[in-house]
Amino acid sequence: MGHNHKHDEPPSDTVLRVKTLESLLVEKGLIDPKTLDAIVDRYENRVGPQNGKAVVAKAWSDPDYLSRLREDGTKAIAELGFSGAGGEEIVVVENTNKVHNVVVCTLCSCYPWPVLGLPPVWYKSAPYRSRVVREPRKVLEEFGTHIPKETEVRVWDSTAEMRYLVIPRRPEGTEGWSEEDLQKLVTRDSMIGVTEAKRPGEEEAA
Amino acid sequence: MDGVHDMGGMHGMGPVNPEDESDPVFHAEWEKRVFAINNAIGPLKIRSIDESRHARERMKPALYLSSSYYQIWLDGLERILSEKGILTVEELAREARPEPITLSTGSKMAPDQVDAFLDKGGYFLREEGKAARFKVGDLVRGRNIHPPGHTRLPSYARGKQGEIVADYGLHVFADSNAHGSEDPQHLYSVRFSSTELWGADGTEGDYIYIDLWDDHLEAIS
Repeated sequence: MGHNHKHDEPPSDTVLRVKTLESLLVEKGLIDPKTLDAIVDRYENRVGPQNGKAVVAKAWSDPDYLSRLREDGTKAIAELGFSGAGGEEIVVVENTNKVHNVVVCTLCSCYPWPVLGLPPVWYKSAPYRSRVVREPRKVLEEFGTHIPKETEVRVWDSTAEMRYLVIPRRPEGTEGWSEEDLQKLVTRDSMIGVTEAKRPGEEEAA
Repeated sequence: MDGVHDMGGMHGMGPVNPEDESDPVFHAEWEKRVFAINNAIGPLKIRSIDESRHARERMKPALYLSSSYYQIWLDGLERILSEKGILTVEELAREARPEPITLSTGSKMAPDQVDAFLDKGGYFLREEGKAARFKVGDLVRGRNIHPPGHTRLPSYARGKQGEIVADYGLHVFADSNAHGSEDPQHLYSVRFSSTELWGADGTEGDYIYIDLWDDHLEAIS
């Protein structure tokens, strides 16, 4: 229910409406179909969670970089070449043994595009948007994440143009790991804050 | 507006269905086109980001709740582009031949400009605007307002007490910008306790941080 649809075939009406809209705007000289292809390519292939993984792995490895991130997230993230639309201003929030952060946009679908790409369906869905501000611990349990009672939960509702990136806790047993290897432990969901980073041995094959 | 888009705290929406991270970015070809059109028209400067959000919110509530997110974007695009005189309802229904636009717009985004435009993004900070009424550490209350137009003050924070924890500086005020005026003012990170928002159903020691503008807040005397 809600807008939790994933693989359903859209009504052909929707497909037709989109075709009409695109061809009208092309005919009126306002868009170029090749521009649309390039935008899709950017977010399918070049701007996605891999960017955020690089930020997190560097934050875990380089204390100077972490302080720059704390001071001005936008600027420090731009050092790695990530900036712009959907993430003009980015604030990093750090998970610790005492604090667990999780991000939502209750009013629409705001999400830090430059570092995470486009949001997954569930992030934009009515269940997530309605529930995570009221019962975050329960929602996190549904993602398999148990937050101990003594840990403070902070929910960030992205109601303005500020975007939030969660720096998950660095997993134990990763001392001396390279940034490249650390990146394999960082997941999209851990940077939204609904899960923790993976532990050594859980990483997917590159 | 007090619409169904303002979902924070609502009951009855069912469980969250997490997706595997290897799931595709888009789930259908038409979603790609909607997403790309929405971005490609940026430099034409036909509408602001807040006008486009407000256009989506005005989708019929029953449809909003039963639509996927890119269907909501499609509806919003059709609405705002018709309202702005870029296209007509008849053209969208294929009942009329497309007429040339008569409005002047910004320039069309060329394929080789995509990265430059999107790496830059918009800019919402302003040099001048209303003086800050609050500072970090101040206790404030979300105003009990119910504007029929756009607002980024979620209903669950209205009448609730919080604390200013950061001042992000002068920002374009979304509520005004959705209706044609930037009205720059200070944007704050405001921390609300879970129990202040949800009473006995909240969790002691947990907090919700909401970004709110000066006009959304009142001082607690």
